[in-house]
Amino acid sequence: MLVQILFYAFATVLMGSALGVILSRNPVHSALYLVLAFFTSAALWLLIEAEFLAIVLVLVYVGAVMVLFLFVVMMLDINVEEVRKGFTRHAWLGWLTVLALVAEIVGVVAVKQLGIDVTKAAVPVAADHSNTAELGKVLYTTYVYPFELAAVVLLVAIVAAIVLTMRKRQGLKLQDVGAQVATRREDRVRLVKMQAERRE
Amino acid sequence: MDFAALWNSLPDYAHSGVFIVAVTLVLVVSVAMLTLWERKLIGWMQLRRGPNRVAIFGLLPGLGQPFADVIKLLIKEVLVPAQSSKFLFRIAPAITLVPAFATWAVMPLAPGFSIANVDAGLLYVLALTSVGVYGVILAGWASNSKYAFLGAMRSAAQIVAYEIAMGFALVGVIMASGSLNLGTIVEKQHGAFLAWNWFWLFPLFIVYFISAVAETNRAPFDVAEGESEIVAGFHVEYSGIAFALFFLAEYANMILVSALISVFFMGGWLSPLDGIVAADSALFQIPLLGTLLNNGLHWLVAKTFFFLCVIIWLRATFPRYRYDQIMRLGWKVLIPVTIIWIAVEGLMVYFKIGPWSA
Amino acid sequence: MSRASFFKTFLLTELLQGMALTFRTLFRPKVTLNYPEEKAPQSVRFRGLHALRRYPNGEERCIACKLCEATCPALAITIESDVADDGTRRTTRYDIDLFKCIYCGFCEEACPVDAIVETRIHEYHMEHRGENIMTKDKLLAVGDRYEAMINADKSADARYR
Repeated sequence: MLVQILFYAFATVLMGSALGVILSRNPVHSALYLVLAFFTSAALWLLIEAEFLAIVLVLVYVGAVMVLFLFVVMMLDINVEEVRKGFTRHAWLGWLTVLALVAEIVGVVAVKQLGIDVTKAAVPVAADHSNTAELGKVLYTTYVYPFELAAVVLLVAIVAAIVLTMRKRQGLKLQDVGAQVATRREDRVRLVKMQAERRE
Repeated sequence: MDFAALWNSLPDYAHSGVFIVAVTLVLVVSVAMLTLWERKLIGWMQLRRGPNRVAIFGLLPGLGQPFADVIKLLIKEVLVPAQSSKFLFRIAPAITLVPAFATWAVMPLAPGFSIANVDAGLLYVLALTSVGVYGVILAGWASNSKYAFLGAMRSAAQIVAYEIAMGFALVGVIMASGSLNLGTIVEKQHGAFLAWNWFWLFPLFIVYFISAVAETNRAPFDVAEGESEIVAGFHVEYSGIAFALFFLAEYANMILVSALISVFFMGGWLSPLDGIVAADSALFQIPLLGTLLNNGLHWLVAKTFFFLCVIIWLRATFPRYRYDQIMRLGWKVLIPVTIIWIAVEGLMVYFKIGPWSA
Repeated sequence: MSRASFFKTFLLTELLQGMALTFRTLFRPKVTLNYPEEKAPQSVRFRGLHALRRYPNGEERCIACKLCEATCPALAITIESDVADDGTRRTTRYDIDLFKCIYCGFCEEACPVDAIVETRIHEYHMEHRGENIMTKDKLLAVGDRYEAMINADKSADARYR
């Protein structure tokens, strides 16, 4: 009962914040609504005892991705009018996406109703059962190759991102901090012994 | 009806509620005392005396200083800038404060005790500490002030950078203890002083400590405030109790990271005698002294206090890092160090060297 | 980066040296004075609050020559004068604006009769607007009250002038 009340409460907040993401005029507000949406979905996942996924959602998306998102959104001075220009022209694409999404959700629900045994209801496990350990075991035994493959793909993405920004620009003056720190007095100052000269 | 029976008759959530209130109260008072202790300690290190004017009941000069400060800030007006985003401006201090307190839920306070025994406790800690940055970013953005905004940007980039080093350092801790549960992490460090994680994970310990200081925006990594460049950074526009909340959050975060370092690397509530003296030895039977030497909350408090002093000590010693140096240290020094040591640790585990020989 | 400096950086030796220094300082005796109870020694030449002096017989020293007014770089002094009942030239108004005054001591130097002096008093305050103007009465009152101190200070300094 309590779980159901909580579920509907969180679901309402989630729906509200999801609407907020697309309806708010300020891009920063949209990003913040998205943060709220992530939080509430994490709470929903906690309700179905997927605590690992819930916490990782907060850690990765709220803690890192959205911070960088906000970072960029705040720095960019987005002209909202410019973005809204093509609204009616691209509306058909939006409706198509919505239709596809609705069809998918209906499909998932319908499959359950038809009694097809693809999505079995999750069996509740004992309270001392560690979701995290279980997930780790599956990831590193059954799915170790897909897992490593995903890791390599991400690594490639990181390398690509760095390569894109690491181009040598002409006339760029960069300082070598290591060289600066390691500089000694002898490298910069030369003491010259001279005889004092007498003015004639 | 005696007290113990009454206590046991209460439901679980009542127990948790009592502990939550108790921990929060203790934390708030500790934060107040920490502000005083920091000013005192830095004062002494700078050949000054520190605050010694406000005394309570004529005791210990300076002890009343935090309370005087709090009262002063409480009765001051909270100014909200005209062009600011009002709601975010008001909520930002609370957002910085909440994670600093909420993380204590999973902290192993005493042998076998924490308010919530979460299996993924370490992830919970990481998740919450990373949420704290939102308060800073929102404060900077909502103020609609250039200085505040610059402070927020700096803080965001810095915290994201150091979070990675921090996470990698914790990977080493997870490898050493084989668990994400903070209670188990402490128990796995069972043994004497050298059995604690810091010895075998020394580089990770240092990296974690540095990134913890950076995460809390403390000197020498306090460019988010950087008063010499951007006035007071993200909290320029804040006054009165809203400003006090930022202060409270900063010091609560300091206490939090110190406690976390003690838990991850210094054996939390483990006594240094643990493992040298047998658990059932006569030494622990001596009243008072035995309790003091045995495992318990007081060891966690002592270690936390030690790390707090070190953080203050750092602030008294070092000038502020330049911003590009902070970024360089985080990305190019700390992260490679952690990755190398994780590999070394992996080899140690594989070849069963050191604590993994058993 | 040379090998030596690499190790120096990575082993944090310089940082540890710095921390050792602050740690030693922690136990050194503190230099702070507990101000209202302890005070730093003051020179007899200290230039603080102004005073107008009198001769021992009670006669005002000031002869309204306005040298102080003329020399004052901050234009803080305003003097008006008139002939007194006994035929001497006296000030009817002698105001020093303490907000304008820069405590340079030129007025004291300029005074031919040692009438205007700057005392050692530096712990004074104003609570209301207008109190920053030291009128003749106030200046004379300060002089009367602290004559002993002023006299001692001036005679201690006299041999160096």
